Amino acid sequence: MKKAGKGKGKVVIPGFGMTMGITVSMLSLLILIPLASVMAYSFKMSLPEFAELVTRPNIVQAFITSILCAFIAAVINSVFGVIIAWVLVRYEFFGKRLIDGMIELPFALPTAVAGITLTKMYSDNGFLGKAFERIGIEVAYTKIGIVIAMVFIGIPFVVRAIQPVLEKLPRSCEEAGLMLGASRSVVFRKIIFPEIMPPLLTGFGLALARGIGEYGSVIYISGNSEKNKTQVVSYIIMQKLNSGNVDYEGAAAIALILLIISFVMLFVINVIQHVASKRTSA
Amino acid sequence: MYVEMKGICKKFGNYDAARDISFGIEKGKLAAILGPSGSGKTTILRILAGLETQDKGDIIVEGKVINDIPASKRGIGFVFQNYALFRYMTVYDNIAFGLKVQKAGKEKIDERVREMISLIGLEGLEKRYPDQLSGGQRQRVAFARAIAPNPQLLLLDEPFAAIDAKVRKELRSWLKEMIQKVGITSIFVTHDQEEAVEVADDIIIINEGNLEQIGTPSEIYKHPQTPFVAKFIGSSTVLEDLSGFKGFEEIGKGKKVIVRPEFVEAFKSDNKKFHDLIPAAEEGVIEKIEFRGSYLEVTLKVGDVSLITNRSLERRNISIGEKMYVLLHRIYVFEDGTAKRYKNSLLKDVDIELM
Repeated sequence: MKKAGKGKGKVVIPGFGMTMGITVSMLSLLILIPLASVMAYSFKMSLPEFAELVTRPNIVQAFITSILCAFIAAVINSVFGVIIAWVLVRYEFFGKRLIDGMIELPFALPTAVAGITLTKMYSDNGFLGKAFERIGIEVAYTKIGIVIAMVFIGIPFVVRAIQPVLEKLPRSCEEAGLMLGASRSVVFRKIIFPEIMPPLLTGFGLALARGIGEYGSVIYISGNSEKNKTQVVSYIIMQKLNSGNVDYEGAAAIALILLIISFVMLFVINVIQHVASKRTSA
Repeated sequence: MYVEMKGICKKFGNYDAARDISFGIEKGKLAAILGPSGSGKTTILRILAGLETQDKGDIIVEGKVINDIPASKRGIGFVFQNYALFRYMTVYDNIAFGLKVQKAGKEKIDERVREMISLIGLEGLEKRYPDQLSGGQRQRVAFARAIAPNPQLLLLDEPFAAIDAKVRKELRSWLKEMIQKVGITSIFVTHDQEEAVEVADDIIIINEGNLEQIGTPSEIYKHPQTPFVAKFIGSSTVLEDLSGFKGFEEIGKGKKVIVRPEFVEAFKSDNKKFHDLIPAAEEGVIEKIEFRGSYLEVTLKVGDVSLITNRSLERRNISIGEKMYVLLHRIYVFEDGTAKRYKNSLLKDVDIELM
């Protein structure tokens, strides 16, 4: 460790030992040890027990609901995230800074507050819910409601991933496309899109991962009905810990699967980014 | 005239980027739009390209008014200052872009792209990405990409600004050679007078949105029409009062006078070559000597004015504080908006430039 610190040569601010120590301790206490304990608990089950648990219909259904809704929400977020980032980067308008600041609201807002508010608005006596009901769409207590909650919590990931890349993209690249005779749509597809593709994937992946594991904002609007297939995975985990006989191992087993999904997604995102950056530079 | 701008005006808010600009360029010529930064020269180029819209005036190419034709349909090639290469495309795909957009046949595209790559001398680098190229190579690719679809006009915005000084000179002559080879009418924007003089057939000088003068480099150098041009071209000194100088008594007080280093000759009192000219010269003291690589730039104090002259390194050594004779043999005087050349009247038939 000491060697690594010295290997960098003289630095202005010393203290590699201390900062590295704090980094490792924080990572261990907050991330590595809890994650390892999830694994440890779930490994208390035998493999057949584990398999039996995670293939129960209601649990499989919860995974399907979570992943499907999170996927749809991430797709919606990708489309609107690009548009929002575009507007914020490319145009000057009154209140731009305010809107820019509001993008982070879903991060800062307690998810329960968001969940309750969305439920109230989209339930059959909320004003948006009423409007949707008139055209025959039920939002609250259906998968649509879950998707809406996930769109809400996922949008900052996409916008904040794309914004810096769009800011760095010189306008002359688009103009160069125009001067070579390309139409606006060709300029977007062939010049702008390849630029925002890697950050868009990052944003998509993060929004998806967040959506799959989301609890606070989803449980109110979903209704958590097994019959209507609106139970999400994190609700199932909560249920295991809430009921009379606490099933910690069961909860940990389901959590482990969620953890694996998250890891796989992070890994895939990183691989894609690595490949993309390799394509353009030496 | 092949390309013509007639009465072009453009305002950005309160700022006049172009005020009634009119000029024409003949087919096959390489013209430079020269001006200090913020003079509106890039705006004029962008209006020509269709990337900006003029408030007033007409753009005519080959006898056709193209005001209402969008940038993508004007058939004009444009090389951007930062090259604006497409990062996610290889050198090959960058050059092929314009042809692909035109929906040319695959074989035709391939043939043209290979022709372009060999023209710019980048064979073997087709599969590289722009980030893997040097500045000079990027500029070559940007040039090839712009001319690949056979545009009727090529515009270049500060084509050498982003390249380090050493490669710049080389690229200048390369670009001039390329443009002559391809035979395309071209206009480039620059703030560097040396660049404009070296590369262009015609120079259009712009200042604060006004067209100051248009002409060949030697015309502009010899016959500057405005005080701005006289000051901007060549490293000139502006004097407000020259009444104390011998040989220029006929010029009244209060007239702006411009002196170029070539108009000033400084010699030591024992210099035999200039001995006869001492009566026409003033006495001066060396104030500053700056080494300029192949010559010395010497500043001399004569009375209360400072004059600059360039001195060959082949001549005798001089030092700061040394007294020298300073002969002013030619000046520009501004009268009624034009520059007039005056010769030192004491020199009579002696032509110092031939000495």
